[in-house]
Amino acid sequence: MRFMVFVKATKESESGALPKREMLSEMGKFNQQLIDAGILLDANGLQPTSKGARVTFNGSKRTVVDGPFTEAKELVAGYWIWQCKSLAEAIEWVKRCPNPHDGGGEIEIRQIFELTDFPEVPEEVKKMEQHFAATKK
Amino acid sequence: MFRIESPKLIAGLARITRDIGVAEELAQDALVAALEQWPRGGIPDRPGAWLMQAAKHRAIDFVRRGQLLERKHQQLGHELGAPADPAEALVEALDDELGDDLLRLIFTSCHPVLPPDARVALTLRLVGGLSTEEIARAFLVPVQTIQQRIVRAKKQLAEAHVPFEVPRGDDLAPRLASVLEVIYLVFNEGYSATTGDDWMRPELCEDALRLGRVLAGLAPGLAEIHGLVALMEIQASRLAARVGPNGEPILLLDQNRARWDRLLIRRGLESLARAQAIGGGVYTLQAAIAACHARADRPSDTDWHAIVALYGELARVAPSPIVELNRAVAVGMADGPAAGLAIADRLADALSAYYLFWSVRADFLAKLGRTAEARTELARAAELTTNARERQLLLERAAKL
Repeated sequence: MRFMVFVKATKESESGALPKREMLSEMGKFNQQLIDAGILLDANGLQPTSKGARVTFNGSKRTVVDGPFTEAKELVAGYWIWQCKSLAEAIEWVKRCPNPHDGGGEIEIRQIFELTDFPEVPEEVKKMEQHFAATKK
Repeated sequence: MFRIESPKLIAGLARITRDIGVAEELAQDALVAALEQWPRGGIPDRPGAWLMQAAKHRAIDFVRRGQLLERKHQQLGHELGAPADPAEALVEALDDELGDDLLRLIFTSCHPVLPPDARVALTLRLVGGLSTEEIARAFLVPVQTIQQRIVRAKKQLAEAHVPFEVPRGDDLAPRLASVLEVIYLVFNEGYSATTGDDWMRPELCEDALRLGRVLAGLAPGLAEIHGLVALMEIQASRLAARVGPNGEPILLLDQNRARWDRLLIRRGLESLARAQAIGGGVYTLQAAIAACHARADRPSDTDWHAIVALYGELARVAPSPIVELNRAVAVGMADGPAAGLAIADRLADALSAYYLFWSVRADFLAKLGRTAEARTELARAAELTTNARERQLLLERAAKL
């Protein structure tokens, strides 16, 4: 099974302040544990929402809202993709993660839908998917 | 949680006890102690360290009980002088890098003295942390069968006095081949399940990938480990595209490439680059061939000449009629069906009982307009395959001609 593991943001991470060297070192060690266990598939930090945007959909209307956004703890500051045998295992690994931010924080775990969960699709959709895949690099 | 910790515990203990059966028992004892004490006192901050300490205490007791003491005392003598408590000193002296112990455990559980299915069961249990139930379910055999396999395997290792170590020098290459074979066996069982109704069991592919990645982390200097991981990542990337809505298998060139997992492809290509930077070998070459397909957004983008060259290399390094047959297919795509057929024709003696041989020939014949012959050979292929879905596919192809 695969899981996306989100690190929620805080005021500090949203301020654009870079993490302290000690935190980076601790996190680096943790990531190495994940690699050594063969479960780390991907990992990325996300820049603060001040560099991002949202697009709201309303019927055919599209509205662009520039960041920054409020409610830091609802925002995502970074994510991993892990391969684990179960949610229980993923939770166990998250517990071993060093505190992602000074003064606490939250990490959310979500299981990824596998394409094998979805059977093959009709010809028309397939052609569309293939066209899309071929045009993106 | 135990799945995470037990391979490390077993590995560390095995170095002390020199017997993976005893190591496993001591690890279990430590885990049982944790189960008893943690609900009361709370889970410790560093559970791994707690478990290792608990396991070491038990190992000290075990050693004190004298089974190993005499032998080890002599060994230790010149390493540490005269320790106050030889048992404790022994255990403390073995506080080395855990990585080495895990590597030793992998090589030991994959020792060629054991039959392949025993190696698979033992490795999945001790290194993969799978329960016997999980292994039994994965291979569609009764739990007792797996349990017996594991018990027998441990006994065989003890009777053969298999040393708990990483092989060196000339021994390394064949022993590594044995390890890679075990991992790829597990992968293939998941990728193209040989028994049961499913065509694939993706969980086994994940288990194999995980074992491969762990091994790559432990022994990063060995090219073929990265080669095998690359091959598995790229093959696994196609899992969602290989089966149709009715469970029918879909050939590579007919697959919907939008369903190929880009993350796994990226990882596979990275592993391949690592392998090629160090050296290469059979798995690396196969991974390179798989990479040619992975890089093509559409079948028509496939670099067939590169694939032909790679099969040529593979044929030199590990010649076999199957490799030659695959080379014939690639040549057929690169240089036309007549060229491919010429190569396939030379394999009739070796492969006449292999259903894919006839299927490949039929494909060439059909492209050359020799439809009647193609139909005959597809029928022949259908007779020879043991997989019901494959047979159906072949008969459908024949009908469409």
